[in-house]
Amino acid sequence: MRRPTFHPCGNFKERYEEELKVFSTDFGRLWSAVGVAILFAVVPFVSGPYTLYILNMVGIASIAAVGLNILIGFTGQISLGHGAFLGVGAYSAAILSTNLNMPCWISVPSAALITAIVGMIFGVPSVRLKGLYLTIATLAGQFIIEYLLVHWEGLTRGTMGITLPPASLLGIDVAGDRNFFFLIYVSLGLTVWTAVNLIRTKFGRAFIAIRDNDRAAEGMGIPVFRYKLLSFAVSSFYAGFAGGLWAYYMVSVTSEPFNLLLSVEYIAMVIIGGLGSIAGSIYGAVFITLLNEGLRLGTDLLMNMNLFPEVGLNIAPIRELVFGLAIILFVLFEPKGIAEVWRIIRSSFRLWPFSY
Amino acid sequence: MEFFLQLMVNGVCIGLIYGISAMGFVMIFKASSVINFAHGELLAAGAFFFFTLTAWGGLPVYAAFILTLAASFILGFIVERLFLRPLIGEPLIEVIMLTIGLSSMFKGMMLLLWGGNLYTFPDFLPESLSLRFGAITIPPVYTGALIIGAFFLALFGLFFKYSSQGIFMRSVADNQTAALSLGVHVKRVFALSWGIAALVAAISGIVLGIINGINVHELSSIGLKVFPVVILGGLDSITGAVIGGILIGLLETFTGGYLSTSLKDVIPFIVLVIVLLIKPYGLFGLVEIERV
Amino acid sequence: MLLEINNISVVYADVLQVLKGVSLSVEEGRVVSLLGSNGAGKTTTLKAVSGLLKPENGKVTDGTIVYDGCPIHNLSPEEITRKGIIQVLEGRQPFKYLTVEENLRVGTATRWTQPYQEDLELVYRYFPVLLKRRKSLAGYCSGGELQMLVMGRALMARPRLLLLDEPSLGLAPLVVREIFQIIERINEEQGTTIVLVEQNSKMALQIAHYGYVMENGKIVMEGTAEDLRKNPDIKEFYLGMGSAETIRSYRNVKSYRRRKRWL
Repeated sequence: MRRPTFHPCGNFKERYEEELKVFSTDFGRLWSAVGVAILFAVVPFVSGPYTLYILNMVGIASIAAVGLNILIGFTGQISLGHGAFLGVGAYSAAILSTNLNMPCWISVPSAALITAIVGMIFGVPSVRLKGLYLTIATLAGQFIIEYLLVHWEGLTRGTMGITLPPASLLGIDVAGDRNFFFLIYVSLGLTVWTAVNLIRTKFGRAFIAIRDNDRAAEGMGIPVFRYKLLSFAVSSFYAGFAGGLWAYYMVSVTSEPFNLLLSVEYIAMVIIGGLGSIAGSIYGAVFITLLNEGLRLGTDLLMNMNLFPEVGLNIAPIRELVFGLAIILFVLFEPKGIAEVWRIIRSSFRLWPFSY
Repeated sequence: MEFFLQLMVNGVCIGLIYGISAMGFVMIFKASSVINFAHGELLAAGAFFFFTLTAWGGLPVYAAFILTLAASFILGFIVERLFLRPLIGEPLIEVIMLTIGLSSMFKGMMLLLWGGNLYTFPDFLPESLSLRFGAITIPPVYTGALIIGAFFLALFGLFFKYSSQGIFMRSVADNQTAALSLGVHVKRVFALSWGIAALVAAISGIVLGIINGINVHELSSIGLKVFPVVILGGLDSITGAVIGGILIGLLETFTGGYLSTSLKDVIPFIVLVIVLLIKPYGLFGLVEIERV
Repeated sequence: MLLEINNISVVYADVLQVLKGVSLSVEEGRVVSLLGSNGAGKTTTLKAVSGLLKPENGKVTDGTIVYDGCPIHNLSPEEITRKGIIQVLEGRQPFKYLTVEENLRVGTATRWTQPYQEDLELVYRYFPVLLKRRKSLAGYCSGGELQMLVMGRALMARPRLLLLDEPSLGLAPLVVREIFQIIERINEEQGTTIVLVEQNSKMALQIAHYGYVMENGKIVMEGTAEDLRKNPDIKEFYLGMGSAETIRSYRNVKSYRRRKRWL
């Protein structure tokens, strides 16, 4: 058996293979394994339904956030339509399972595929557009999709929404928070694994090259447009997957949640978590979901205390306010997000007591 | 035919207002390359400030109008100083994110302060402003909008063409280093552009409020409608913004009049995507003068 | 002395040291030229004076720059320009979408409350070409016209000290001569002190009173223009008048290197 490796006191990478490693030390690998084991063997059995519900929401949000981070953080294409893509995924899953009676293990991936195609359509403007213009194009996408979700009544049943049949996998009914926990977290594991490995490959490097300088990337022979589209496709695939899971988990879908605010929420996750960091997207998803829940509990509490009986406290404005504030504070003070904070904490431990 | 003409008049009036609010947006973009997602919130803030002064504070209209303009100018100035200045020179995405954050924060604040209800301004426009041409009537609100719109457009046109500060603002937009080397106060120009943008946003907010009543959600979504307008006109052209505004206004009223009212709010965005695909830098965007 | 630079060091982005102790002084009413190869630090020296280092993440870390008796290092460009120091940037940077006359008006930024009509006439007197093109967009002017435009723009600010960065860059020899004549006239008629950074050493030493030679972020030689013109090393390395045969033999190459290093 080879000797286990630990973090060296600095960056001593000598070969490209070392840069490509997912885990730079055996220790990291071990801890990740332990973490995954605890996640699947302990967590679902000790937590109550409310905790499980939150964990599930975090899981779904993480999948979509990882997708968005591939687009924004790695490819540098800012999308304001991620919420709508989530909606496309949710509706596709709902329509496939009700109209075509597809089982969930087919309908969710198909929904993701459909969303990927829709995402590519809105990615087409990226042929000629960069930066601002592209952001605006995705904003338009958000509104157009939102409109279609409400007004294409033949397909989406308008404001009524669609109720999904219960999900079943391999003959077992997936119902209840615990069963969904497994479904969601296995999916999350798969998607994160794919994303991490995608970034390590030629594709990921092309994405990063495009982000850093698309002209230079083109000069080096990277077909920029094709990779941009691919990035859009991958990103919306993730959104669609998350949307499909959401639809099954929530049992019924309506168009309301998939508005611009949701898109902003996802962007906030990516920014707060850390652009260009897969783990960061998950931190961001955790942060925003918990923030959401915390705000909800807080406003509920205030309402129950009846301090201001004449003021009908509403969660929505406070949520928007706090979100905005969180984004602003992170952009101003820690633009690299929680992932960077975490990295600094870790490295200061690693280098202790000689932090410089 | 009357219906058509009536729609056209309404469209031009509304479009002019869109154009004015887009002008503020373009101004910020030209001066500091910041794309302002919080424009709608600035617009709503102006309208609500005016509303509070007139309806609740009982001030006369002209005094309230002037106070609102001053307050909006200061608001824009403060926003620039507090939030945008630390980000000068940072990557695009951070600036975009910041203005998205600002928009979300302002909207939340305004919803907390005024709630999501629809308010209407007290009726202060004289009936004599109502015009009649044959079968078409132009309600006083629209005439007022037209006058205010045309007045401020001319004012800003002159400002940019002839005043020193206007020329300095354009020079900063053109070549920041060169402007700096000649002693142009670049940071002041940024602040000024935010101030003016907030001011024109407030004007359009007030006028739209007179037409449709004011509601936080409605007005802040107008801020997003600025995007199709400026894309159609070209992000960096002020004349383009006005023409784009009128085109979008016409498009909206005609869609609302002939097709369906629900399609009305989406059609600008559909056109936006089409324009982006065909003529990516807008119909009136500056032709890049490139010398090597 | 109008401008006195004492032993300054300039560091970009906290890592890249470009100037390593540069000292030079400029007497009022003189034309001082700063010569040197690419990357010697000439432009950086000018930017240190005009305050334009800051936007490029550069900093004067050591030494002082004293202008007219008060220290100006690390002041912002807005403050420095208002003291009467105007830099004409390298590579002609006009405001492309402004007309020629509007470009000139931007030059009044440091004193925009005062009238500018007289200055405009003055600039048109020096550069008659600009008068013909005053209504056209600067983006469509030729290189020579642009160089005149950016110099005229700087004159509009009524500078006491004009920093010219490579006015001859990429221009035809005849145009270069014309521009240098105008520089000389400006110096004589307006009494403007001029610091001239040039690659075209021959031209520069013709109109300058005093010259400095820079190499690798240091001043390696200084003297009156007369002396510099006559100096055999300057002749050889900058004026390109050294005889070719001397370099051919190996021994001479070595001495060439040694002398070059010393320079």
